[in-house]
Amino acid sequence: MPARNSTWYAAVTGSMLLLLTLILLHATYRTTADQPHLNVTADLVQTLELSDLCLFTEASYTRHLSLADLHTPFQESPMAIEHFPSGSLAAPPLHLTESHAAHD
Amino acid sequence: MPHTIEKQRHIIDFTLASLLRRKGKNGALFIVYTLIVFILASVMFFTHALKQEASLVLKEAPEIIVQRMLQGRYTPIPEEYAAKIREIRGVTAVRARVWGYYYDPVFLANYTIMAPETFPHEPGSIAIGSGISRMRRAYEGDTISFTGADGKARNFTIAAVLPEESQLVSADLILMAEADYREFSGLPAGLASDLTLKVRNPKEFATIAEKIVRLLPDTRPIIRNEILRTYDAIFSWRGGLLIIIMSAAVLAFVIFAWDKASGLSAEEKKEIGILKAVGWETSDILFMKFWEGMAISLTSFLTGTILAYGHVFFTSASLFVPVLKGWSVLYPEFRLTPFINPGHIATLFFLTVVPYTITTIIPSWRAATIDPDSVLRS
Repeated sequence: MPARNSTWYAAVTGSMLLLLTLILLHATYRTTADQPHLNVTADLVQTLELSDLCLFTEASYTRHLSLADLHTPFQESPMAIEHFPSGSLAAPPLHLTESHAAHD
Repeated sequence: MPHTIEKQRHIIDFTLASLLRRKGKNGALFIVYTLIVFILASVMFFTHALKQEASLVLKEAPEIIVQRMLQGRYTPIPEEYAAKIREIRGVTAVRARVWGYYYDPVFLANYTIMAPETFPHEPGSIAIGSGISRMRRAYEGDTISFTGADGKARNFTIAAVLPEESQLVSADLILMAEADYREFSGLPAGLASDLTLKVRNPKEFATIAEKIVRLLPDTRPIIRNEILRTYDAIFSWRGGLLIIIMSAAVLAFVIFAWDKASGLSAEEKKEIGILKAVGWETSDILFMKFWEGMAISLTSFLTGTILAYGHVFFTSASLFVPVLKGWSVLYPEFRLTPFINPGHIATLFFLTVVPYTITTIIPSWRAATIDPDSVLRS
């Protein structure tokens, strides 16, 4: 006698829920297992005094986002408009609009 | 109790058989639904993992970086500024950082060259990031040639390749001795790229930054907290951007789902009419519609989430790479740590399954209260 539709549904959904649980367990395991790798990176950041992630290497102001200057949109020349894809993906650093002292 | 379960099982049996009778329409809905969940979950997993990794790694970034501004852009800073800043109360150490960029015309790639405080290798040697090593197929012991500021080529021996696991910060790095870098880049003695500070009390970062600006008006201090906030904001914003782009797809899906759930076809109406005529109650029809929505939305949610996890954490978000890469030749091949928890899954569930369920409630109720007589006569 062939299995009922509800049996199939329960089996498929149950398997997927099991897989999702395994994913959460895997995530927990990897978070712990990757800690030494993250420590290696953090140590390198500390030793070399690095300030940014190497996510975009196409333009200086997206390679070192936190160091970008106030004239970033015109970094290359006064008439240059944004032409690097990462420039339109990455938001400018928040602190560019803030100051640490009065401007007067 | 067993009777209730058996009744529900019969309703599920019937509902699934009914869904399978309309394979094409329901199959399309399942695929589109899964795709939407997959993209949403991928964006969520990717941005959160990257943000989390950035905050963990960059917590060791310099406490304060001081740049010199000239003509609206940062320029090399005189090393004598370091002595002036050191006199500010609360500053325990100031170091002149020496670093810059190098464009490789052969590989069309940009590198970051840096002279660390201590470089343990001989003059004329360099340490390179694993991204450069992979791209140039250059390994320990090989020689690389770079053109200096005077236009002359210089050979450097690779003394070490930086650890692969640190690619997220070091893929494009080249480390060399300070004397080598000054000679290579033409940066005169007495000038540095910027200054890094160590401060006794973290609560004083903002006060010290303010004092620096007052003392040296042509400088711009950047506090570590600002670096962390920069990366926190960029990923939040990027997640937002992708979601905005995706909203068109989501809207299309909502219309599709609404049409599927609300627009009862003549065949479906007839089916409900017959069911009611043969004795099904309104609650049974509602259960049938509930299981129908559940079968589609829960299965799509689970499939999409599982696929997204594999995409982001096993294939390093390969579908997003072309977008993130832009025109970069050099891109880190990093494997993200899956910083996800049941809370993320629950958020995703409420973002995807709940709206679908809500959009199907009213049509389901309308379907359940249909008058069998009028349907069968029409």
